Amino acid sequence: MGIQSPSASISRYHVEGRLEKPVIETVRRGLKKNIVVDIDRESIETSVGWTSFHKPYQPNFEGPSFIFGTVFVFSLRIEKKTVPPKLLQKHFMLASAERLAKTGQRYLSRNEKQVLKEQVANQLIQRMPATPNVYDLIWYPEESTLLFFTNLKSANEELETIFLRSFGVSLIRLFPYTAAELMSGLSDSERDVLQTLKPTDFNK
Amino acid sequence: MDTDKSQRLFRSADPDLVGLEIGNRIVLENRRNEALERITIRGEEANLAEGLLALQKGALVTEISLNFRSADYLWQFSLKGESLNVSNFKTPKIALPESPEDLEGFVLEKAYLFDKILQFIEKTYNLFLKQRLSPQWQTDIVPKVSTWMAAKRTTLKNN
Repeated sequence: MGIQSPSASISRYHVEGRLEKPVIETVRRGLKKNIVVDIDRESIETSVGWTSFHKPYQPNFEGPSFIFGTVFVFSLRIEKKTVPPKLLQKHFMLASAERLAKTGQRYLSRNEKQVLKEQVANQLIQRMPATPNVYDLIWYPEESTLLFFTNLKSANEELETIFLRSFGVSLIRLFPYTAAELMSGLSDSERDVLQTLKPTDFNK
Repeated sequence: MDTDKSQRLFRSADPDLVGLEIGNRIVLENRRNEALERITIRGEEANLAEGLLALQKGALVTEISLNFRSADYLWQFSLKGESLNVSNFKTPKIALPESPEDLEGFVLEKAYLFDKILQFIEKTYNLFLKQRLSPQWQTDIVPKVSTWMAAKRTTLKNN
């Protein structure tokens, strides 16, 4: 569900802080620093990183690929491997039987079982391909705003973390109270009223 | 409430606006009792009587789908009150890029189409906020809404 989808979901952010100049090079450096890593042949469960908007499975931040007019457009790719519990159980039971046959033991201790289960899980994770999720974003550096194309809480949390780590500026999610504080140009007296607001009862 | 007046108010947030209509979904929630009550009204021809009844019991609109018309163009989107998140966001159709050279034009046009509505939401929210934080909220606006609800209740009873 991104920029090219017929139907999109959008979360809005305010970008807090100033980027080091030259801005384009700062952004490029941040993107390269946290470029998404392919984990298909690794025993790693999750990979979170930046990828190119137009080629999400062949990220490349050389050249102007992430610059569109006055905005930056790129994507966050989250790759996850999840071992189904039944698959893990099957391979754990097979590995347990093999271990018992090899060692002549009658049973495995609790500790041995735990270690074996972790080994089996790691082997399965290494063998299985990761499921990718790609979320586009549009960053308006002149307005210090950013649109992130999902409302999914976990993806928004990953974005907030990696954005700060990459560019040294933080993201503030625009929900009603932060929008009022940051975007509405309220006077001091209006801000005071805002702090004390209570839900209105229209049925009095 | 005065429909022309509300359309004028919305038009002050975007002069290109021709009409803003409620779409095919409204969610109302009543949090005043201990248990949360949620009412969802769906469908193009949905009867809003149930929603009005919920409003009268103290529920508030927490999510609404809206149609924004400007010239011959239509934007459709759902807006959540709690987060200001926009979902099911459909802009007027534009041709998908056929080559890498088309991509920049496509993205910039799409960004403009998204931004037009997001700016509209922001400005409308600011207009609301100014009213909500003013003394007129209690003295003028709340009584008007209550009167509107009472008038609607009477109309519903008579029908």
